[in-house]
Amino acid sequence: MTTSNQTWIQPASDPGMRRRKVAGNSEPAVAVKDLHKSFGSQKVLDGVSLSVPQGETLAVLGRSGTGKSVTLRIIIGLEKTDSGSVCIQGEEITGFTIDQLSGVRKRMGFLFQQAALYDSLNVEQNVAFPLVHHKRDMSKAEQRGRVMELLSDVGMENHSQKMPADLSGGMQKRVGLARALALDPDILLLDEPTAGLDPISSGEIDDLVLKLQQEHQMASIVVTHDLHSAKCIANRLALLDKGEVVIEGTFEELEKSDIPFVKDFLKHS
Amino acid sequence: MIPQENAGSGIQSVPQGVQDSVPVDPETTGGNLIGDFLAWFGNLGIFFWQVVRAAATPPFEFAEFFRQMDEIGSKSLPLVALAGAATGIVLSMEARYSLTRFGAKSLLPAAIVFSVIHETGPIITGLVVSGRVGAGIGAELASMKVTEQIDAIEASAVNPYRLLAATRILACIAMLPLLTLAADACGVVAGWFAQALAQPLSFHQFINSGFQGADFNDFLPPTFKTAVFGLIIGLIACYQGMSTKGGAAGVGRAATSSVVLSSLFVILADVVLVKIIIVFFP
Repeated sequence: MTTSNQTWIQPASDPGMRRRKVAGNSEPAVAVKDLHKSFGSQKVLDGVSLSVPQGETLAVLGRSGTGKSVTLRIIIGLEKTDSGSVCIQGEEITGFTIDQLSGVRKRMGFLFQQAALYDSLNVEQNVAFPLVHHKRDMSKAEQRGRVMELLSDVGMENHSQKMPADLSGGMQKRVGLARALALDPDILLLDEPTAGLDPISSGEIDDLVLKLQQEHQMASIVVTHDLHSAKCIANRLALLDKGEVVIEGTFEELEKSDIPFVKDFLKHS
Repeated sequence: MIPQENAGSGIQSVPQGVQDSVPVDPETTGGNLIGDFLAWFGNLGIFFWQVVRAAATPPFEFAEFFRQMDEIGSKSLPLVALAGAATGIVLSMEARYSLTRFGAKSLLPAAIVFSVIHETGPIITGLVVSGRVGAGIGAELASMKVTEQIDAIEASAVNPYRLLAATRILACIAMLPLLTLAADACGVVAGWFAQALAQPLSFHQFINSGFQGADFNDFLPPTFKTAVFGLIIGLIACYQGMSTKGGAAGVGRAATSSVVLSSLFVILADVVLVKIIIVFFP
């Protein structure tokens, strides 16, 4: 679904699948307002509000257990919010049924913290999974071509027949990223894309995300502990503490902040 | 926990409800056993409704359904056939001893055939499948749940109730009667074999004598009641798997509870179904 003031262009080099959006959206790609979420007696989110325009990347930072991943899961509908609203490209999705959410999710890609690759499928089949289920009009050859293109984008074209168990953590993240991009989403959600990776692999993932961002002009939300990574790939940063957004802005604005928690966080990052 | 009709995520909505009303597994919990059991049963009902709704609406996952039929049906066949044959041999030996004592040895083929197709074939098939398939489904789905693979399916805009649960449950329902036929056939043949070893009797004579007076009411209802066993096994195993939590320990619990609960409910259902068959197919 597209908003009325969006324009789609078709790159000549990429017939059929790749579409890119041209700026002109008045609605943010993702807007969450006043999210509250508790698990039993534990309050995780206490009025979180965030907004990401199309083509921008927001990094959500914070200590462990401050609700960063929960926010991401609420945006894609894997968790239900206690109160508050989630709007995707101007469409309020709070309270959607699973079938209604399906249409919205086709416009979103999600990279899980542990990649969550299907362990009974090889790399190629993992990346093809969304295409098999949502591009039923594509021939097998077209699907395979698209999968190899995606794997090539993430530098995994030579590992297409491997099983997830045979891949390193960094390689699994790359495959997860390729799968998240399979339907050419407007919005990309990344949950700790560099967690558990060595500095070189983290840097490679950062470069990859940045490259894909520039190519696809998606709206992205990146949940991370890694300030260096956030600084590298995000336009803006939001710092969460105790279920609330303490500050949101550019890295320079965070650096200038007088809020003790922000100073403390930056000092120890 | 209330059904979350409008819950954002389908798979999460029920397990979330389940998790909020834990403990959900009556087999492993103490304390308020009745309350826990009722909560578990209610959540199972909600899960069933979600699966029915997903199964009734397109797109239909035929490829996965046929894959599950192979996984559940053909891969269970050797075990079911062996169990059916062993049952036939045991029945033959036991019945021969008892009937000889009462001077009714000529009824031995009928006793074996009727026992196998009426009760032992269906129940043995149900229990063997609940052990092999119930544990397999429970462990597989639980493993997918704790490694976020089910969340990944949902995030890919695919309904996991349709792809994972409905296909497995329908495959169980379709394959149980076919497996029962195999168990029945092996039981009858093995029963004849055991009988022939003790006293020479042609297979033709054994079958003629065994099926004398039998009609479709002796055969069809007991065979097709195993479709209900299939529903029970598939439903409980899928539910236990998809609502699990707690890492590797949770996977183990899901596998164990799938087998224990599905076996228990298969036996209980058999009691009810036998009564229904006696009333409606005298």
